[in-house]
Amino acid sequence: MAPAGPRSGDAIFASVERVNAELFTLTYGAIVRQLLTDLEEVDEVNKQLDQMGYNIGIRLVDEFLAKSNVSRCVDFKETAEVSAKVGFKMFLGVGASVTNWDAEGTCCSIVLEDNPLVDFVELPDTCQGLYYCNVLSGVIRGALEMVSMKTEVTWLRDVLRGDDVFELQVKLIKQVPEEYPYKDDE
Amino acid sequence: MIGASKIKQYSNVLEKPLSKGKQEVSLSAFAFLFSELVQYNQTQVDNIAELERRLEDAGYAVGARCLELLCHREKCVMFMPFWLSQGNRRETRLLGILSFVHSTVWKVLFGKVADSLEKGTEHEDEYMISEKELLVNRFISIPKDMGTFNCGAFVAGIVRGVLDSAGFPAVVTAHFVPMEGQQRPRTTILIKFAEEVLRREARLG
Repeated sequence: MAPAGPRSGDAIFASVERVNAELFTLTYGAIVRQLLTDLEEVDEVNKQLDQMGYNIGIRLVDEFLAKSNVSRCVDFKETAEVSAKVGFKMFLGVGASVTNWDAEGTCCSIVLEDNPLVDFVELPDTCQGLYYCNVLSGVIRGALEMVSMKTEVTWLRDVLRGDDVFELQVKLIKQVPEEYPYKDDE
Repeated sequence: MIGASKIKQYSNVLEKPLSKGKQEVSLSAFAFLFSELVQYNQTQVDNIAELERRLEDAGYAVGARCLELLCHREKCVMFMPFWLSQGNRRETRLLGILSFVHSTVWKVLFGKVADSLEKGTEHEDEYMISEKELLVNRFISIPKDMGTFNCGAFVAGIVRGVLDSAGFPAVVTAHFVPMEGQQRPRTTILIKFAEEVLRREARLG
């Protein structure tokens, strides 16, 4: 029996159980507030958010692969496209686009126009160095690492800092070949 | 491009128009986020009571904001029972606010009204909202050595935040209540109102 083709982000999002985005937004706000109170240093909070995102990403990728039915991506370009179109849509309900490819095809930008994490959020003057959505960069890094790609994810544009969209730069550092701990028999 | 307009930049987040509140994210996104919240707090505390308190505090912030949001949106709300939908009315009675939490708040946050709202039989100031399975506890299992710890403390915090901001100070806790014939225990949010609330309620008649 031929395997089913990959499903679109919209189709998957419509089929999974959903919750009100505001509960999600407010919970995330509570997390960031807790971190700011505990850690006080904005850089520490950024790092902790990234780490939390990483922990989420390594588990999230399993669900992503299970639900989306995507076949193995041929190259990094396809990976980025799939994560932006399907991944963001099925978890956050928002579409993302991929732009700004560099010459070698190892570095691109994922642009998010809408972001449920930042509804109702304004950065006060004391937290100007905070990357409020840093959890997203951790999620991408963690998810890609689980599929053998070591990446570096940084924020290029941030709406909370005055830009008009969210732009994440994803740079492929190296592809780690998969090592099977056991003999692979199909 | 002629005729194209740039998206209006709002200098102040309060100037942005309020959304309808219909946007959704996947349950798993929320579940992952909540699990990180609990895991992070586990590293910051030494005992269960501390952990529950921290989760409750996180929930309190959510509840306070939730009340503000819902009150601002009241005019557009369709699912409220007809006798509450007079728009822009502040709840001043105990039963009113409890009903608000049990129906409106639950419906907005968890997609359904709470399973039941009961008055405590032993004490005048106790009320209970019960739920067969709290949304936040869906993917959580408590190890035996954590005893009676309940992540529903987050929801208890949300309820406390709503009640406190509405002018009904209370102590709110979450408890597991084992049910006959069911594998997973039911969760009960126990609300114990402060003295002043009961006195005020008695005065209002």
